[in-house]
Amino acid sequence: MSLVNAENLTKVYTMGEIEVKALQSVSFEIEPASFISFIGPSGSGKTTLLNLIGCLDKPTSGTLKVAEVNTSELTHKEAAAFRGKNLGFIFQDFNLIPVLTVYENVEYPLLIVQNVPSEERKTRVISLLKTVGMTDQKDKYPDQISGGQKQRVAVARALVTNPRLVLADEPTANLDSKTAFMVIDIMRQMKEEFGVTFIFSTHDPKIVSEVETVYTLQDGMLIGRAQGKGGRYA
Amino acid sequence: MLKLFKIAVRNLSRYKRRTLLTSSLIAIGVMFVLVFVAASGSFKYIMIGQITDSMLGHLQVHKRGYVASIDSLPLTLNLSEKAEKKLEETMEKIIDIESFSPRIKFGGMFSNFIETTNIRVNGVYPEKEIATVPLFLSRIKQGKKSIKEGEILIPELLANGLKVKVGDTVVVIATNRDGSVNGKKFVVGGIIESVTGPGGRDGYMHIKDAMEVLRMEEMEISEVAIRLKDFSKLNAVSNRLDEMMSKELNKQGKPIFDVRTWEKLSPFYNVARMIDVMTFFIKLMLIAIVLVSIMNVMIMAVFERIREIGTISAIGTKPKKILSLFLIEGFSLGVFGAAIGNILALGIVFLINLVKITFNFGRQSGLVLSPSLSAGDILWISAIVILVSVVAAFQPAFKASRMEPVDALRHV
Repeated sequence: MSLVNAENLTKVYTMGEIEVKALQSVSFEIEPASFISFIGPSGSGKTTLLNLIGCLDKPTSGTLKVAEVNTSELTHKEAAAFRGKNLGFIFQDFNLIPVLTVYENVEYPLLIVQNVPSEERKTRVISLLKTVGMTDQKDKYPDQISGGQKQRVAVARALVTNPRLVLADEPTANLDSKTAFMVIDIMRQMKEEFGVTFIFSTHDPKIVSEVETVYTLQDGMLIGRAQGKGGRYA
Repeated sequence: MLKLFKIAVRNLSRYKRRTLLTSSLIAIGVMFVLVFVAASGSFKYIMIGQITDSMLGHLQVHKRGYVASIDSLPLTLNLSEKAEKKLEETMEKIIDIESFSPRIKFGGMFSNFIETTNIRVNGVYPEKEIATVPLFLSRIKQGKKSIKEGEILIPELLANGLKVKVGDTVVVIATNRDGSVNGKKFVVGGIIESVTGPGGRDGYMHIKDAMEVLRMEEMEISEVAIRLKDFSKLNAVSNRLDEMMSKELNKQGKPIFDVRTWEKLSPFYNVARMIDVMTFFIKLMLIAIVLVSIMNVMIMAVFERIREIGTISAIGTKPKKILSLFLIEGFSLGVFGAAIGNILALGIVFLINLVKITFNFGRQSGLVLSPSLSAGDILWISAIVILVSVVAAFQPAFKASRMEPVDALRHV
């Protein structure tokens, strides 16, 4: 059973009197525990597609099923609950909450979204902070740590709820090469360890060389699907 | 919920200057309202105290029709001795009544044998009158602080106008209920401070002298002034007495007695009500201040944190929680502002009491303003401020909770 199933997915934005087709009849399937990347130039529809998969937006037409749920039928409130239960997000600008410490940022989804009991919360947060190597920075605020560290915290926050799918929009765009590889390694490790599916939107060759499958988008259309393996892009 | 409070408070401390400015505005508003409530309340209760304790009493009972009569001090609408006894028996059953004073009131002429003017006379039992209006004695400015038979206490207004001194002999002439005229000589026993209004021409004599002037063979009472043990029970006692006395009917089957609180007898009640209306409008101004400042801050907060709202929404925070988060911020601002305002107000009230500000009212001078704040005042004002803070935060909070995460995340 596929984790994500898109059929003839179309998204049209209306800007005044002009209609912009961000996605046109895109169809694909993604299996659980995959390491996938959508690539393409700016404006090709990568972020739009990730927003649709992440239930942040709704398609104009077509069907999109995530974890066997037709996401276009979800209400605003149901979509929030679905995201909280099944999805994790990693953003290009990290998007950590500035008034919370590293520990509290990772704890946030468990505390506010999932109401996990205190002891279990603590165990999961500490375990993930250890995995991403941020235990010693746990009491610092986001403005006290580097970009790479912020992204590691963001990865921990995305994974702390044990999601089935993590969506990462340009996760390495604001990182140097060394840090970018470190973050990708952590994500790959999480995928191997917990069977989490990662979907990236990127044009960073570092990610492209690491993923299992690469989908190429151009002008809102899916124009290619290729296997990537051990740094070799086929 | 506690965690939401923690996040809300941290968000407020993120913009320290703005939070302090808004809280200060609320605090100053709360302080101003509380000090006004305390000062105006003190002024009001001093005035009520002056009026009820020096002249009026807390309640008065008349024969029905006496107060509304077009005649001033009508002798034809006095209570009979039998009716007055019935009233006394009833009042003795009410434990909240501390004392009462029956009075014969009449209008007459006052002469020093050279000049003559009109006077309003109160015939009273001295002990009962002093027990019912305890400030009465303090109004006697010259002479003995008592009312003896054959003596009269005359108001300052008449003493000055007719140049009458303590110990002078004067004459009081009055027409009785049958229309015959009688006069009696009195020695001026004292000069009493005039009060503002018609009571400024009120003189006092012993009730037996009043009966003699009016050639009454049996006692007839114009009014009975009543003092309560606890002024706050005014309406309860008034209603109870009214209910008990309403069973007494005249030949036409209508109630004989008319029970009225001081509020229905003194024009100062309108001044007291005006003070209440002013207090109400001051409170409205406070509400406006809180509403505008909190709404402004919260609109700014939502606008500045659109991407953050998008992030927390994307990671699954339900709209209700986002709404709560911003409402708690408004609530916290209100609580903080109200708390500071309360402390400032208590400090200022303490200072006013320390300085002892005096003021004059009518012919009374040197009255000391003693404002006080009850827990009720503080809680009530604080509750209004906090409630308005939450209401003001609602619109921006609702907007934040309904924001589409995709649009919010795209916001620059």
